[in-house]
Amino acid sequence: MDINEFIEHFAEQFEDTDVAEFKPDTKFHDLDEWSSLIALSIIAMVDEEYDVTLKGVDIEGAKTIEDLFNTVKGKK
Amino acid sequence: MAFLSFPNVRIAGFAAGVPQKIASNLHPTKDDVFSSEYSPEDFVNTTGVLERRVSGVLTTSDLSYAAAEKLIADLGWDKSEIEALIFVSQTPDYILPATACILQDRLGLSKDCYATDISLGCSGWVYGLSSVVSLMTSGMVKKALLLCGDAKKRFLDCDHLRDPLFGDAGTATAIEYSEGCKGFDFHFGSDGSGFDAIITPDGGSRNPFSTESLNYKREDALEQCRMVHRMKGMDVFSFGISTAPKSVKKLAEHFDFDYMQADYFIFHQANMKMNNMIAKKLKLPVEKVPSSLRNFGNTSSASIPLTIVSQLKGKFENKPTKFICCGFGVGLSWGTVVFDTNDVIVSELVEVADEEVDKKYVV
Repeated sequence: MDINEFIEHFAEQFEDTDVAEFKPDTKFHDLDEWSSLIALSIIAMVDEEYDVTLKGVDIEGAKTIEDLFNTVKGKK
Repeated sequence: MAFLSFPNVRIAGFAAGVPQKIASNLHPTKDDVFSSEYSPEDFVNTTGVLERRVSGVLTTSDLSYAAAEKLIADLGWDKSEIEALIFVSQTPDYILPATACILQDRLGLSKDCYATDISLGCSGWVYGLSSVVSLMTSGMVKKALLLCGDAKKRFLDCDHLRDPLFGDAGTATAIEYSEGCKGFDFHFGSDGSGFDAIITPDGGSRNPFSTESLNYKREDALEQCRMVHRMKGMDVFSFGISTAPKSVKKLAEHFDFDYMQADYFIFHQANMKMNNMIAKKLKLPVEKVPSSLRNFGNTSSASIPLTIVSQLKGKFENKPTKFICCGFGVGLSWGTVVFDTNDVIVSELVEVADEEVDKKYVV
Protein backbone atom coordinates (compact mmCIF):
# COMPACT_ATOMS: atom_id res chain seq x y z
CA MET A 1 0.00 0.00 0.00
CA ASP A 2 1.28 3.39 -0.99
CA ILE A 3 0.54 6.42 1.17
CA ASN A 4 0.59 8.85 -1.75
CA GLU A 5 -1.95 6.81 -3.65
CA PHE A 6 -4.09 6.57 -0.50
CA ILE A 7 -3.96 10.37 -0.08
CA GLU A 8 -4.96 10.79 -3.71
CA HIS A 9 -8.01 8.54 -3.25
CA PHE A 10 -8.77 10.30 0.03
CA ALA A 11 -8.66 13.74 -1.62
CA GLU A 12 -10.96 12.60 -4.45
CA GLN A 13 -13.83 12.35 -1.95
CA PHE A 14 -13.73 16.12 -1.40
CA GLU A 15 -15.03 18.75 -3.76
CA ASP A 16 -14.07 22.14 -2.38
CA THR A 17 -10.86 21.47 -0.46
CA ASP A 18 -7.61 22.28 -2.25
CA VAL A 19 -5.56 19.18 -3.12
CA ALA A 20 -2.51 20.78 -1.49
CA GLU A 21 -4.28 20.50 1.88
CA PHE A 22 -4.03 16.70 1.85
CA LYS A 23 -0.80 15.52 3.43
CA PRO A 24 0.08 12.53 5.63
CA ASP A 25 -0.19 14.70 8.74
CA THR A 26 -3.40 16.49 7.74
CA LYS A 27 -5.89 16.38 10.62
CA PHE A 28 -8.83 15.56 8.40
CA HIS A 29 -11.54 16.01 11.03
CA ASP A 30 -10.56 19.70 11.14
CA LEU A 31 -11.03 20.32 7.41
CA ASP A 32 -13.95 22.69 6.76
CA GLU A 33 -15.48 20.32 4.26
CA TRP A 34 -15.26 17.25 6.52
CA SER A 35 -18.67 15.83 7.50
CA SER A 36 -20.28 12.50 8.23
CA LEU A 37 -21.36 12.41 4.57
CA ILE A 38 -17.72 12.62 3.41
CA ALA A 39 -16.93 9.90 5.96
CA LEU A 40 -19.31 7.59 4.07
CA SER A 41 -17.43 8.32 0.86
CA ILE A 42 -14.16 7.46 2.57
CA ILE A 43 -15.59 4.16 3.86
CA ALA A 44 -16.86 3.36 0.34
CA MET A 45 -13.49 4.28 -1.23
CA VAL A 46 -11.55 2.09 1.22
CA ASP A 47 -13.92 -0.80 0.60
CA GLU A 48 -13.53 -0.44 -3.15
CA GLU A 49 -9.82 0.26 -3.43
CA TYR A 50 -8.47 -1.80 -0.54
CA ASP A 51 -11.22 -4.34 0.17
CA VAL A 52 -11.26 -3.28 3.83
CA THR A 53 -14.44 -2.45 5.78
CA LEU A 54 -13.90 0.49 8.09
CA LYS A 55 -16.25 1.16 11.01
CA GLY A 56 -17.16 4.43 12.69
CA VAL A 57 -14.56 3.92 15.45
CA ASP A 58 -11.81 3.56 12.84
CA ILE A 59 -12.69 6.91 11.30
CA GLU A 60 -13.16 8.61 14.66
CA GLY A 61 -9.97 7.10 16.10
CA ALA A 62 -7.74 8.34 13.28
CA LYS A 63 -6.49 11.90 13.66
CA THR A 64 -4.43 12.23 10.50
CA ILE A 65 -4.69 10.76 7.03
CA GLU A 66 -1.62 8.69 7.81
CA ASP A 67 -3.36 7.28 10.92
CA LEU A 68 -6.22 6.12 8.74
CA PHE A 69 -3.79 4.76 6.17
CA ASN A 70 -2.17 2.68 8.93
CA THR A 71 -5.56 1.44 10.13
CA VAL A 72 -6.44 0.27 6.64
CA LYS A 73 -3.03 -1.33 6.22
CA GLY A 74 -3.46 -3.14 9.54
CA LYS A 75 -6.81 -4.58 8.43
CA LYS A 76 -5.58 -5.87 5.10
CA MET B 1 -26.52 -21.09 7.65
CA ALA B 2 -30.11 -19.98 7.74
CA PHE B 3 -31.38 -21.11 4.35
CA LEU B 4 -35.07 -21.84 3.85
CA SER B 5 -37.23 -23.03 0.94
CA PHE B 6 -41.01 -22.96 0.69
CA PRO B 7 -42.66 -24.32 -2.47
CA ASN B 8 -46.32 -24.20 -3.59
CA VAL B 9 -46.81 -20.52 -2.76
CA ARG B 10 -46.84 -17.42 -4.98
CA ILE B 11 -47.21 -13.67 -4.73
CA ALA B 12 -50.56 -12.56 -6.15
CA GLY B 13 -50.15 -8.81 -5.79
CA PHE B 14 -48.47 -5.74 -4.35
CA ALA B 15 -49.85 -2.42 -3.09
CA ALA B 16 -48.42 0.53 -1.20
CA GLY B 17 -49.97 3.39 0.77
CA VAL B 18 -48.24 6.70 1.46
CA PRO B 19 -49.43 9.99 2.98
CA GLN B 20 -50.51 12.64 0.48
CA LYS B 21 -48.27 15.23 2.09
CA ILE B 22 -44.80 15.72 0.55
CA ALA B 23 -41.82 17.10 2.48
CA SER B 24 -38.96 18.54 0.42
CA ASN B 25 -35.38 18.02 1.54
CA LEU B 26 -34.09 20.98 -0.45
CA HIS B 27 -36.50 23.25 1.40
CA PRO B 28 -36.64 21.98 4.96
CA THR B 29 -39.14 23.61 7.31
CA LYS B 30 -39.01 24.03 11.06
CA ASP B 31 -40.53 20.56 11.36
CA ASP B 32 -37.53 18.86 9.76
CA VAL B 33 -34.44 17.77 11.65
CA PHE B 34 -31.42 18.90 9.71
CA SER B 35 -27.84 18.48 10.77
CA SER B 36 -25.78 21.65 11.06
CA GLU B 37 -22.91 19.67 9.59
CA TYR B 38 -23.85 19.80 5.90
CA SER B 39 -26.13 21.66 3.49
CA PRO B 40 -29.50 20.32 2.27
CA GLU B 41 -27.97 20.05 -1.24
CA ASP B 42 -25.10 17.86 0.00
CA PHE B 43 -27.57 15.71 1.91
CA VAL B 44 -29.73 15.19 -1.21
CA ASN B 45 -26.68 14.45 -3.39
CA THR B 46 -25.34 11.82 -0.99
CA THR B 47 -28.56 10.11 0.10
CA GLY B 48 -30.53 10.52 -3.13
CA VAL B 49 -33.58 11.51 -1.08
CA LEU B 50 -35.13 14.59 -2.67
CA GLU B 51 -38.49 14.34 -0.95
CA ARG B 52 -40.53 12.03 1.22
CA ARG B 53 -44.14 11.40 2.18
CA VAL B 54 -44.93 12.42 5.73
CA SER B 55 -47.87 12.68 8.08
CA GLY B 56 -47.93 13.41 11.76
CA VAL B 57 -51.37 11.78 11.88
CA LEU B 58 -51.51 8.55 9.89
CA THR B 59 -50.03 5.45 11.49
CA THR B 60 -48.35 2.57 9.71
CA SER B 61 -51.53 0.56 10.13
CA ASP B 62 -53.62 3.32 8.48
CA LEU B 63 -51.33 3.29 5.43
CA SER B 64 -51.15 -0.51 5.31
CA TYR B 65 -54.93 -0.76 5.71
CA ALA B 66 -55.49 1.55 2.71
CA ALA B 67 -52.99 -0.47 0.64
CA ALA B 68 -54.64 -3.76 1.67
CA GLU B 69 -58.19 -2.57 0.84
CA LYS B 70 -57.06 -1.44 -2.60
CA LEU B 71 -55.17 -4.66 -3.29
CA ILE B 72 -58.02 -6.93 -2.14
CA ALA B 73 -60.41 -5.01 -4.42
CA ASP B 74 -58.01 -5.11 -7.40
CA LEU B 75 -57.46 -8.86 -6.92
CA GLY B 76 -61.16 -9.49 -6.47
CA TRP B 77 -60.38 -11.57 -3.39
CA ASP B 78 -63.18 -12.64 -1.10
CA LYS B 79 -62.14 -11.35 2.32
CA SER B 80 -63.59 -14.37 4.09
CA GLU B 81 -60.93 -16.51 2.39
CA ILE B 82 -57.98 -14.61 3.90
CA GLU B 83 -56.82 -16.77 6.79
CA ALA B 84 -53.53 -15.19 7.81
CA LEU B 85 -52.26 -11.65 8.33
CA ILE B 86 -48.78 -10.66 9.43
CA PHE B 87 -47.99 -7.04 10.27
CA VAL B 88 -44.29 -6.11 10.23
CA SER B 89 -43.45 -2.77 11.82
CA GLN B 90 -41.52 -1.00 14.54
CA THR B 91 -44.28 1.61 14.80
CA PRO B 92 -47.32 -0.40 15.92
CA ASP B 93 -50.53 1.39 16.92
CA TYR B 94 -50.24 0.37 20.59
CA ILE B 95 -47.61 -1.16 22.86
CA LEU B 96 -50.32 -3.79 23.20
CA PRO B 97 -52.43 -5.32 21.64
CA ALA B 98 -50.74 -6.47 18.44
CA THR B 99 -51.73 -4.27 15.49
CA ALA B 100 -52.38 -7.37 13.34
CA CYS B 101 -55.41 -8.17 15.54
CA ILE B 102 -56.82 -4.67 15.01
CA LEU B 103 -56.23 -4.97 11.26
CA GLN B 104 -58.05 -8.33 11.12
CA ASP B 105 -61.21 -6.64 12.33
CA ARG B 106 -60.69 -3.33 10.53
CA LEU B 107 -60.24 -5.12 7.20
CA GLY B 108 -63.32 -7.23 7.89
CA LEU B 109 -61.44 -10.54 7.76
CA SER B 110 -62.86 -13.70 9.24
CA LYS B 111 -62.24 -14.44 12.92
CA ASP B 112 -60.75 -17.71 11.69
CA CYS B 113 -57.58 -15.76 11.00
CA TYR B 114 -53.97 -16.24 12.10
CA ALA B 115 -52.72 -12.73 12.99
CA THR B 116 -49.45 -11.60 14.50
CA ASP B 117 -46.96 -8.73 14.54
CA ILE B 118 -43.26 -8.98 13.77
CA SER B 119 -40.92 -6.28 15.09
CA LEU B 120 -38.29 -5.71 12.42
CA GLY B 121 -37.29 -2.75 10.28
CA CYS B 122 -35.33 -2.73 7.05
CA SER B 123 -35.07 -6.54 6.80
CA GLY B 124 -38.74 -6.92 7.76
CA TRP B 125 -40.40 -7.56 4.41
CA VAL B 126 -38.13 -10.54 3.66
CA TYR B 127 -38.60 -11.97 7.18
CA GLY B 128 -42.35 -11.36 7.05
CA LEU B 129 -42.55 -13.03 3.65
CA SER B 130 -40.79 -16.16 4.97
CA SER B 131 -43.19 -16.30 7.92
CA VAL B 132 -46.28 -16.01 5.72
CA VAL B 133 -45.16 -18.52 3.09
CA SER B 134 -44.03 -21.02 5.74
CA LEU B 135 -47.62 -20.97 7.08
CA MET B 136 -48.98 -21.64 3.60
CA THR B 137 -46.62 -24.16 2.05
CA SER B 138 -48.62 -27.16 3.31
CA GLY B 139 -51.77 -25.84 1.65
CA MET B 140 -54.01 -25.33 4.67
CA VAL B 141 -53.98 -21.53 4.45
CA LYS B 142 -54.81 -20.54 0.86
CA LYS B 143 -54.73 -16.73 0.98
CA ALA B 144 -52.78 -14.39 3.24
CA LEU B 145 -51.67 -10.79 3.62
CA LEU B 146 -48.27 -9.42 4.57
CA LEU B 147 -48.52 -5.79 5.72
CA CYS B 148 -45.21 -3.97 6.21
CA GLY B 149 -44.02 -0.48 6.89
CA ASP B 150 -43.12 2.31 9.25
CA ALA B 151 -44.71 5.74 9.67
CA LYS B 152 -45.80 7.92 12.59
CA LYS B 153 -43.46 7.33 15.52
CA ARG B 154 -44.44 6.22 19.02
CA PHE B 155 -42.98 9.41 20.41
CA LEU B 156 -43.62 12.66 18.59
CA ASP B 157 -40.83 15.01 19.36
CA CYS B 158 -42.38 18.44 19.66
CA ASP B 159 -39.41 20.38 18.28
CA HIS B 160 -38.18 18.06 15.60
CA LEU B 161 -40.77 16.06 13.77
CA ARG B 162 -39.14 14.67 10.71
CA ASP B 163 -35.87 13.06 9.81
CA PRO B 164 -34.88 13.88 6.20
CA LEU B 165 -33.79 10.32 5.40
CA PHE B 166 -37.04 8.56 6.32
CA GLY B 167 -40.45 8.55 4.66
CA ASP B 168 -43.76 7.06 5.79
CA ALA B 169 -45.24 4.08 3.98
CA GLY B 170 -47.41 1.03 4.60
CA THR B 171 -47.60 -1.81 2.09
CA ALA B 172 -49.63 -4.91 1.36
CA THR B 173 -48.35 -8.07 -0.32
CA ALA B 174 -50.96 -10.68 -1.22
CA ILE B 175 -49.80 -14.29 -1.13
CA GLU B 176 -51.66 -17.43 -2.21
CA TYR B 177 -51.25 -21.18 -2.25
CA SER B 178 -50.44 -22.48 -5.71
CA GLU B 179 -49.72 -26.18 -5.99
CA GLY B 180 -46.67 -27.00 -8.08
CA CYS B 181 -45.33 -23.45 -7.93
CA LYS B 182 -41.58 -23.21 -7.28
CA GLY B 183 -42.05 -20.81 -4.40
CA PHE B 184 -39.37 -18.98 -2.44
CA ASP B 185 -35.73 -19.59 -1.45
CA PHE B 186 -34.31 -17.53 1.41
CA HIS B 187 -31.08 -16.68 3.19
CA PHE B 188 -31.20 -14.99 6.61
CA GLY B 189 -28.75 -13.58 9.13
CA SER B 190 -28.64 -11.62 12.39
CA ASP B 191 -25.90 -9.83 14.36
CA GLY B 192 -27.08 -8.53 17.71
CA SER B 193 -23.59 -7.22 18.52
CA GLY B 194 -24.70 -4.25 16.40
CA PHE B 195 -27.89 -3.77 18.47
CA ASP B 196 -27.11 -0.10 19.08
CA ALA B 197 -26.23 0.78 15.47
CA ILE B 198 -29.86 1.91 15.12
CA ILE B 199 -31.72 2.17 18.42
CA THR B 200 -34.41 4.01 20.35
CA PRO B 201 -32.83 3.87 23.83
CA ASP B 202 -35.83 4.60 26.09
CA GLY B 203 -39.46 3.58 26.25
CA GLY B 204 -38.94 -0.19 26.29
CA SER B 205 -38.56 -2.22 29.48
CA ARG B 206 -34.72 -2.07 29.51
CA ASN B 207 -34.94 1.71 29.99
CA PRO B 208 -38.57 2.52 30.85
CA PHE B 209 -39.86 5.94 29.89
CA SER B 210 -39.03 8.57 32.52
CA THR B 211 -38.93 12.35 32.57
CA GLU B 212 -35.21 12.12 31.81
CA SER B 213 -36.06 10.40 28.54
CA LEU B 214 -37.14 13.82 27.33
CA ASN B 215 -33.83 15.59 27.98
CA TYR B 216 -32.02 16.73 24.87
CA LYS B 217 -28.32 16.13 24.43
CA ARG B 218 -26.16 17.08 21.50
CA GLU B 219 -24.95 13.95 19.71
CA ASP B 220 -23.58 13.64 16.19
CA ALA B 221 -24.34 17.29 15.41
CA LEU B 222 -28.02 16.75 16.30
CA GLU B 223 -30.02 17.54 19.41
CA GLN B 224 -31.36 14.16 20.43
CA CYS B 225 -33.53 12.71 23.14
CA ARG B 226 -33.71 9.09 24.20
CA MET B 227 -37.22 8.51 22.89
CA VAL B 228 -36.15 9.07 19.29
CA HIS B 229 -34.19 6.55 17.26
CA ARG B 230 -30.54 7.29 16.62
CA MET B 231 -28.14 5.79 14.15
CA LYS B 232 -24.41 5.20 13.90
CA GLY B 233 -24.40 6.13 10.25
CA MET B 234 -20.87 4.99 9.43
CA ASP B 235 -21.33 1.59 11.05
CA VAL B 236 -24.65 1.03 9.31
CA PHE B 237 -23.05 2.04 6.02
CA SER B 238 -20.16 -0.43 6.46
CA PHE B 239 -22.61 -3.15 7.47
CA GLY B 240 -24.84 -2.57 4.44
CA ILE B 241 -22.15 -2.46 1.78
CA SER B 242 -20.52 -5.65 3.06
CA THR B 243 -23.50 -7.74 4.22
CA ALA B 244 -26.05 -7.23 1.43
CA PRO B 245 -23.79 -8.36 -1.46
CA LYS B 246 -22.59 -11.33 0.60
CA SER B 247 -26.14 -12.42 1.36
CA VAL B 248 -27.10 -12.33 -2.34
CA LYS B 249 -24.00 -14.36 -3.22
CA LYS B 250 -24.63 -16.90 -0.45
CA LEU B 251 -28.21 -17.41 -1.60
CA ALA B 252 -27.13 -17.97 -5.20
CA GLU B 253 -24.35 -20.31 -4.16
CA HIS B 254 -26.49 -22.39 -1.81
CA PHE B 255 -29.37 -22.79 -4.25
CA ASP B 256 -26.98 -23.14 -7.17
CA PHE B 257 -28.07 -20.45 -9.61
CA ASP B 258 -26.47 -17.47 -11.30
CA TYR B 259 -27.79 -14.36 -9.57
CA MET B 260 -27.29 -12.40 -12.80
CA GLN B 261 -30.28 -14.31 -14.22
CA ALA B 262 -32.65 -12.27 -12.08
CA ASP B 263 -34.68 -9.64 -13.93
CA TYR B 264 -34.82 -7.28 -10.94
CA PHE B 265 -32.85 -6.76 -7.76
CA ILE B 266 -34.87 -4.93 -5.14
CA PHE B 267 -32.75 -3.83 -2.23
CA HIS B 268 -33.95 -2.16 0.92
CA GLN B 269 -33.75 1.54 0.12
CA ALA B 270 -31.19 2.68 2.70
CA ASN B 271 -29.58 5.65 0.98
CA MET B 272 -28.31 6.14 -2.54
CA LYS B 273 -24.63 5.98 -1.71
CA MET B 274 -25.05 2.66 0.07
CA ASN B 275 -27.35 1.19 -2.58
CA ASN B 276 -25.03 2.23 -5.42
CA MET B 277 -22.10 0.55 -3.67
CA ILE B 278 -24.06 -2.67 -3.19
CA ALA B 279 -25.10 -2.77 -6.86
CA LYS B 280 -21.54 -2.01 -7.94
CA LYS B 281 -20.07 -4.78 -5.79
CA LEU B 282 -22.46 -7.28 -7.38
CA LYS B 283 -21.75 -5.77 -10.83
CA LEU B 284 -25.46 -5.27 -11.48
CA PRO B 285 -26.65 -3.22 -14.47
CA VAL B 286 -28.54 -0.12 -13.28
CA GLU B 287 -31.71 -0.97 -15.19
CA LYS B 288 -32.13 -4.09 -13.04
CA VAL B 289 -31.88 -2.15 -9.79
CA PRO B 290 -34.86 0.20 -9.41
CA SER B 291 -34.91 2.78 -6.61
CA SER B 292 -37.65 4.71 -4.86
CA LEU B 293 -35.31 6.79 -2.69
CA ARG B 294 -35.68 10.01 -4.66
CA ASN B 295 -39.38 10.49 -3.98
CA PHE B 296 -40.01 8.37 -0.89
CA GLY B 297 -36.76 8.18 1.09
CA ASN B 298 -35.92 5.24 3.32
CA THR B 299 -39.25 3.61 4.17
CA SER B 300 -37.97 0.79 6.40
CA SER B 301 -39.76 -2.53 5.84
CA ALA B 302 -42.01 -0.92 3.19
CA SER B 303 -39.10 -0.12 0.89
CA ILE B 304 -39.03 -3.35 -1.16
CA PRO B 305 -42.76 -3.54 -2.03
CA LEU B 306 -42.96 0.27 -2.38
CA THR B 307 -40.11 0.18 -4.92
CA ILE B 308 -41.91 -2.55 -6.87
CA VAL B 309 -45.20 -0.58 -6.86
CA SER B 310 -43.75 2.86 -7.59
CA GLN B 311 -41.02 1.90 -10.08
CA LEU B 312 -42.09 -1.33 -11.80
CA LYS B 313 -45.86 -1.07 -12.23
CA GLY B 314 -46.72 -1.90 -15.87
CA LYS B 315 -43.33 -3.48 -16.58
CA PHE B 316 -43.52 -7.06 -15.35
CA GLU B 317 -46.98 -8.14 -14.21
CA ASN B 318 -47.92 -10.47 -17.05
CA LYS B 319 -44.63 -12.12 -17.93
CA PRO B 320 -42.47 -14.55 -15.96
CA THR B 321 -40.12 -12.37 -13.89
CA LYS B 322 -37.36 -13.36 -11.49
CA PHE B 323 -36.81 -11.18 -8.44
CA ILE B 324 -34.02 -11.11 -5.90
CA CYS B 325 -34.97 -8.97 -2.90
CA CYS B 326 -32.64 -8.13 -0.04
CA GLY B 327 -33.45 -6.33 3.21
CA PHE B 328 -30.78 -5.28 5.73
CA GLY B 329 -30.56 -2.95 8.71
CA VAL B 330 -31.73 -2.41 12.29
CA GLY B 331 -31.08 -5.44 14.51
CA LEU B 332 -28.67 -5.91 12.89
CA SER B 333 -30.71 -8.19 10.67
CA TRP B 334 -30.69 -9.21 7.02
CA GLY B 335 -32.46 -11.49 4.59
CA THR B 336 -32.47 -12.22 0.85
CA VAL B 337 -35.10 -14.03 -1.18
CA VAL B 338 -35.39 -15.22 -4.77
CA PHE B 339 -38.78 -15.88 -6.39
CA ASP B 340 -40.56 -15.75 -9.73
CA THR B 341 -43.75 -13.85 -10.46
CA ASN B 342 -46.27 -14.15 -13.24
CA ASP B 343 -49.81 -12.79 -13.51
CA VAL B 344 -49.54 -10.51 -10.52
CA ILE B 345 -51.61 -7.46 -9.70
CA VAL B 346 -49.76 -4.25 -8.87
CA SER B 347 -52.17 -1.65 -7.52
CA GLU B 348 -51.82 2.06 -8.24
CA LEU B 349 -49.97 3.84 -5.44
CA VAL B 350 -52.55 4.70 -2.76
CA GLU B 351 -52.22 8.28 -1.50
CA VAL B 352 -53.85 8.56 1.89
CA ALA B 353 -55.27 11.82 3.28
CA ASP B 354 -54.81 12.66 6.96
CA GLU B 355 -58.62 12.57 7.31
CA GLU B 356 -58.55 8.83 6.58
CA VAL B 357 -56.92 8.19 9.96
CA ASP B 358 -58.55 5.40 11.94
CA LYS B 359 -61.29 6.64 14.25
CA LYS B 360 -62.77 3.36 15.42
CA TYR B 361 -59.94 1.51 17.12
CA VAL B 362 -59.02 4.47 19.29
CA VAL B 363 -59.17 4.70 23.08
